[in-house]
Amino acid sequence: MNEINAFLYLEDGNEFTAKSFGHTPDSPVLSEIVFNTSMQGYQEVITDPSYCDQTIVMTYPLIGNYGINQDDSEAITPHLKALIVREYCDHPSNFRARQSLADFLTNNNIVGIHQIDTRKLTRLIREKGTMKSILSFKQLSESEKAELFKQDLPTNQIPKVTTSAISHFPSNGGKRVVLVDFGYKKNILESLLKRGCDVIVVPYNTSFEKIKEFSPQGILLSNGPGDPKSILEVLPTIQKLQQEYLLFAICMGHQIFALANGADTEKMKFGHRGGNHPVKDLILDRTYITSQNHGYCVKDSSIANTELEVTQINLNDKTIEGLKHKNYQAYSVQYHPEASPGPNDTNYLFDVFVDRMNEVHHA
Amino acid sequence: MPKKQNLNKVLVIGSGPIVIGQAAEFDYSGTQALAALREDGIETILINSNPATIMTDKEMADKVYLEPLSAEFVKKIIIKEKPDAVLPTLGGQTGLNLALELAREGFFKREKVELLGVNLETIEKAEDREQFKQLMLKMGQPVPESTTINTLKEAMEFKEKIGLPLIIRPAFTLGGTGGGIATTEQEFETIVNSGLSNSPITQCLIEKSIAGYKEIEYEIIRDAKDNCIVVCNMENLDPVGVHTGDSIVVAPAQTMSDRDHQMLRDASLAIIRALKIDGGCNVQLALDPHSYQYYVIEVNPRVSRSSALASKATGYPIARVATKIAIGYAMDEIINPITQNTYACFEPTLDYCVLKIPRWPFDKFHAADRTLGTQMKATGEVMGIGRTFEDALLKSVRGLEIKRYHLICENSDNLSNEELLARISKPTDERIFELSELIRRGVNIHDIHQITKIDLWFLTKIQNIIELETQISPSNWDKDFILTLKQNGFADRYLAEKYQMTEMEFRKKRMELGVIPAFKIVDTCAAEFESHTPYYYSSYEDENEVRSDGKESVLVLGSGPIRIGQGVEFDYATVHAIKAIKELGKKAIVINNNPETVSTDFNISDALYFDAVTFEDVMNVIDNEKPIGVICQFGGQTAINLIDQLSNAGINILGTSADSTDLAENRNRFEKALKELEIAQPLGTNVSSVEEAISKSAELGFPLMLRPSYVIGGQAMEIVYDNEELKEYMKFAMNVWPGQPVLMDRYMIGVEVEVDAICDGETVFIPGIMEHIERSGVHSGDSFAVYPPQTLSDEIKKDLIESTVKIAQSFQIKGLINIQFIIKNKKAYVLEVNPRSSRTVPFLSKVTGVPMAKVATKATLGHSLLEQGYKTGIQEEQKIISIKAPVFSFSKLKDVDTALGPEMKSTGEAMGRDLSFQKALSKAFKSAGINFPHFGTILVTIADKHKEETLPMLKRFHECGFKFLATHGTAKLLSENNLPVDEVAKIGMAQRDLLDDIKEGNVQLIINTITKGKNVTSDGYKIRRAAVENGVICMTSLDTSWALLEAIEINASGTIAL
Repeated sequence: MNEINAFLYLEDGNEFTAKSFGHTPDSPVLSEIVFNTSMQGYQEVITDPSYCDQTIVMTYPLIGNYGINQDDSEAITPHLKALIVREYCDHPSNFRARQSLADFLTNNNIVGIHQIDTRKLTRLIREKGTMKSILSFKQLSESEKAELFKQDLPTNQIPKVTTSAISHFPSNGGKRVVLVDFGYKKNILESLLKRGCDVIVVPYNTSFEKIKEFSPQGILLSNGPGDPKSILEVLPTIQKLQQEYLLFAICMGHQIFALANGADTEKMKFGHRGGNHPVKDLILDRTYITSQNHGYCVKDSSIANTELEVTQINLNDKTIEGLKHKNYQAYSVQYHPEASPGPNDTNYLFDVFVDRMNEVHHA
Repeated sequence: MPKKQNLNKVLVIGSGPIVIGQAAEFDYSGTQALAALREDGIETILINSNPATIMTDKEMADKVYLEPLSAEFVKKIIIKEKPDAVLPTLGGQTGLNLALELAREGFFKREKVELLGVNLETIEKAEDREQFKQLMLKMGQPVPESTTINTLKEAMEFKEKIGLPLIIRPAFTLGGTGGGIATTEQEFETIVNSGLSNSPITQCLIEKSIAGYKEIEYEIIRDAKDNCIVVCNMENLDPVGVHTGDSIVVAPAQTMSDRDHQMLRDASLAIIRALKIDGGCNVQLALDPHSYQYYVIEVNPRVSRSSALASKATGYPIARVATKIAIGYAMDEIINPITQNTYACFEPTLDYCVLKIPRWPFDKFHAADRTLGTQMKATGEVMGIGRTFEDALLKSVRGLEIKRYHLICENSDNLSNEELLARISKPTDERIFELSELIRRGVNIHDIHQITKIDLWFLTKIQNIIELETQISPSNWDKDFILTLKQNGFADRYLAEKYQMTEMEFRKKRMELGVIPAFKIVDTCAAEFESHTPYYYSSYEDENEVRSDGKESVLVLGSGPIRIGQGVEFDYATVHAIKAIKELGKKAIVINNNPETVSTDFNISDALYFDAVTFEDVMNVIDNEKPIGVICQFGGQTAINLIDQLSNAGINILGTSADSTDLAENRNRFEKALKELEIAQPLGTNVSSVEEAISKSAELGFPLMLRPSYVIGGQAMEIVYDNEELKEYMKFAMNVWPGQPVLMDRYMIGVEVEVDAICDGETVFIPGIMEHIERSGVHSGDSFAVYPPQTLSDEIKKDLIESTVKIAQSFQIKGLINIQFIIKNKKAYVLEVNPRSSRTVPFLSKVTGVPMAKVATKATLGHSLLEQGYKTGIQEEQKIISIKAPVFSFSKLKDVDTALGPEMKSTGEAMGRDLSFQKALSKAFKSAGINFPHFGTILVTIADKHKEETLPMLKRFHECGFKFLATHGTAKLLSENNLPVDEVAKIGMAQRDLLDDIKEGNVQLIINTITKGKNVTSDGYKIRRAAVENGVICMTSLDTSWALLEAIEINASGTIAL
């Protein structure tokens, strides 16, 4: 393991020095810095396409303990910019470990740094909100930093992570689901396959007509990175889909579903990222522990004049966690029922989705 | 779902006296429960026989019954108080068993009392092995395959089906005699045969062996809406096979992927849902390190030791939340007290690593079997919080108070690698040190893993520590290196040795380099939300989160892990000191590392520093908080031992000064001081060599009482009767405490008396005097003690008061003082003076109504006793008689001799109170769990010197309905005195001997005073152990026997009023 010095600069002026354990590019990396509070599941986190272009700080200090295995990646390649941990473990111990986290990051050109006060970093992000950060392997001058911070963060991540081609995961006689890919996590697909669904994954901007050709019984809008407003062009498609099909939307899908119905979204101060977020189902009067990863949310005040109804809220900050359409068989959740990583408490939503497909009859 | 409407009055059942396996954690959970109930306007009634706890303070509940925890007393209280409900789930196994007993007989139904938090069906399903197994199978949750067999053939059939290794557990044999783990065909046959022949019903349980699996625990909570959360998961460093209470435990689990974790989490939640527990629950699982295969080992349908640990490890108050749930709240209605703006319905996330190491009593019980297995042996534990595993581990090690500041294996120089490797194949308290030594010697961690099955992840971390050791050289003062060492938990004290300087010098240099700890907050949420709770731990990181509020502050030192001699009593005093400081409007800061106790509940103090109570860690807190001073007198010997060093470092000691403390503890100065005050003391001296001891013994005369200076709980205190024994003791002491003199006193036989007093330097207030039931020679902690004294004349009392006042004043005591006297021939002699809070403070505070620790704290902070309303002299005696009874954990400690002597052996205390001495005695015995017989057979095995004295006692026993069993000599004496006696053979002298009678249940009581001492082959020892193993009451002191007789007599002649 190389022990090259790394320098982290935050937009608010705070600076840190650390050691590298991953890729060490020559030029500095500018990205949005966010934190994730999951204690386990770093492999799923770093391979979740929703982290595209971001730098993740893991709040749990010991990362890498069980290495990287063949099964737990949520996408083939990671899309994040960098991973920051308190202490990287180079001696993974788990029967499934195939390589070390360091090797995985290095092979995928992802920056990894450790030996840094991640709790301080987390507190800064909590207090000041997600912000720009620069990671560099040489010290930068004030003017170099200023120059970099002047640049805009990359946007429009969804086109980067969505599938380029339509792919079909057939099943014999199962309900057909079109999974609209804004950057889906593998476990969404698997959750459907496990329940016998016949799944067709389509790029995020696939037309209504094209989707209709597949004669689906259900539509699932996936999770994905960035700002939902970066792909407003898909809204008409969603509007048509919800009228014709049973539609279930997750995370990014949920935000796009809201936008398509006239609600608004906004950027959160530092988002929700972790596996311990309580969500209250207002209809069932139950609270579930959920896996979350989002920096944007649906604006509470924007629901009033829409045909949407709030079904679930975050118990802590009361942000919207679930919506349903008053007239259509369309509903959404902000969190990740597919877990990976995180609790399986809301897996049942996939059962509900499949059950509803069985109930819904199409003309 | 708000509070249940019908609940206005709730009875809480406590856990009673502290024994191994059920300790201070239930004071913590009970205290939280009472507070949670009262917040909701519920009238609270408490029953708990343990006077040493915070929860039995009268202000903790609306009514506190310090009565025996038996069905009889719980029923009486329910009938008298008519509570709407009973909450038993915070009182450990004791509380649960009582609830089960009363529920089974339909008592609750009859009295229309609701059982909160759990129901009969749940307890039975969780606690009954067979019902539990059936439930798990029904749910599809794997339990280790097992079967009951009566023949070798049946055993072989099961083996063919399941495969080796298998565990063979013979039915109805104690301690699993004849059983074992078989890994080969040969072994299997041998063990099954031996098991069958050892079992009185020729039956064995054969179970798939899961030794070597990872042991993982989940602490979970459920509410009536079926919301479930995991508070914390924990991984045992020791694989399956060692009781979790005896394991080194890490939180969160370190070697599991999210998939592993979620699999076990799902299983745990499914179990709590199936059991329908409204509250806390602990699920223990075994996970194959090589596959997804797991097994459910055990479920505890209540708050437990593990949940106390999980609460302290995460900041999530499990007992409090469980109580709220029990009275009807849903978790999404309960505020998380740490963040104050989020709810209890979430899963804590840690941004640090927590490690717990048990504290075992093997320093006291040299003879005990130190092998760790399914029977828990630890009396207490310490917890370390660190940003690295290494930090958490080394913090815990130095906080254990076993005189080790690093992973050092003592006395290992002469051991070869082979010998050490052989040792680590068995889990013991020393294993972590032994394997560290092996790594230090270059043994491959894979080899160690092969033998111990300890996960390589843990071994690699220990290897990291050892590798850092090798880089240390006295010239290496590179700042980054020193920082790395400190980030990895290396103690200043260890490093000072390596850098060849004093700890103070090292500390100074380290600080000059700028290597100074920062303090982080334990906030349940990894900094995602702002925390309002000042619960800190040290770490060598960038950002210090402690913000000074400018308020004048006082630091109280806690007492560390619970061990024999330093129990929950010291935590009690610590908590009171904190409360007193708060009452004075000052900021109360505490440092302690015991996760079980009330003092480390973050609600108690204004700032809790969860760190080891060592000089280094205390100084770090002082630097950070700049308190006006430090109070050391409530933290037992742990804190007292730091006075000198702190004082030398220029720290203001509040209360009795370092010099006064030394005056009491330094033999020569002490003797001189008493002489000047003209106060008598037994003749004595101190000696530093075998030769000196022999020559001085001639002046004093035998028997002699010997003990090392500066120890607690009469550790290594012994009475010797001749030169041989003296020599042996001196050799031992010189070896264990090199350079420390041994105190040698003439051993006087008389009545022992304890006086606790409070002094502000001028006024000396004595709340009360306690008289021991046993003559001198039995450690004060192991004696029955009565308040007010029953046999002392007014003259003697006056004497005691005068001496106490004189000593306290002349020693310039500021705070508490405890003096032990011996009364012989109507004269009081001073045995010892403890210039600190003593074990008797909670008991005496409760029975006299004087909040002693609070008054003392205020006195140390400049509020004179007169100002507080106390004058010099003794408080008027109370009418109610209160008796403290010692409680032992002998059944948990194989091989330990139960004979009482000058070295303390009890783990806890209970209390009995009533208007008459006999009734109080009777309750004291019952509270201590001694369910004495009212008639039956007494085995009398007494030393010749005691025989005459015993006869009148035996006559009265006979009057009550007892007959006797004795060996030849005694039998003859008894029959000569017209007492009905059956003669029985001495051990090994006939086909049948007295041990058979004990085993077969022919004996209800044993009076045994023969062959005390270290000899484990003696008859006396064998009888005493047989008594423990067969649950027969065994009295080893004639005075206690007299007391028991009185209790039996009062029971025979009437009923006991509440």
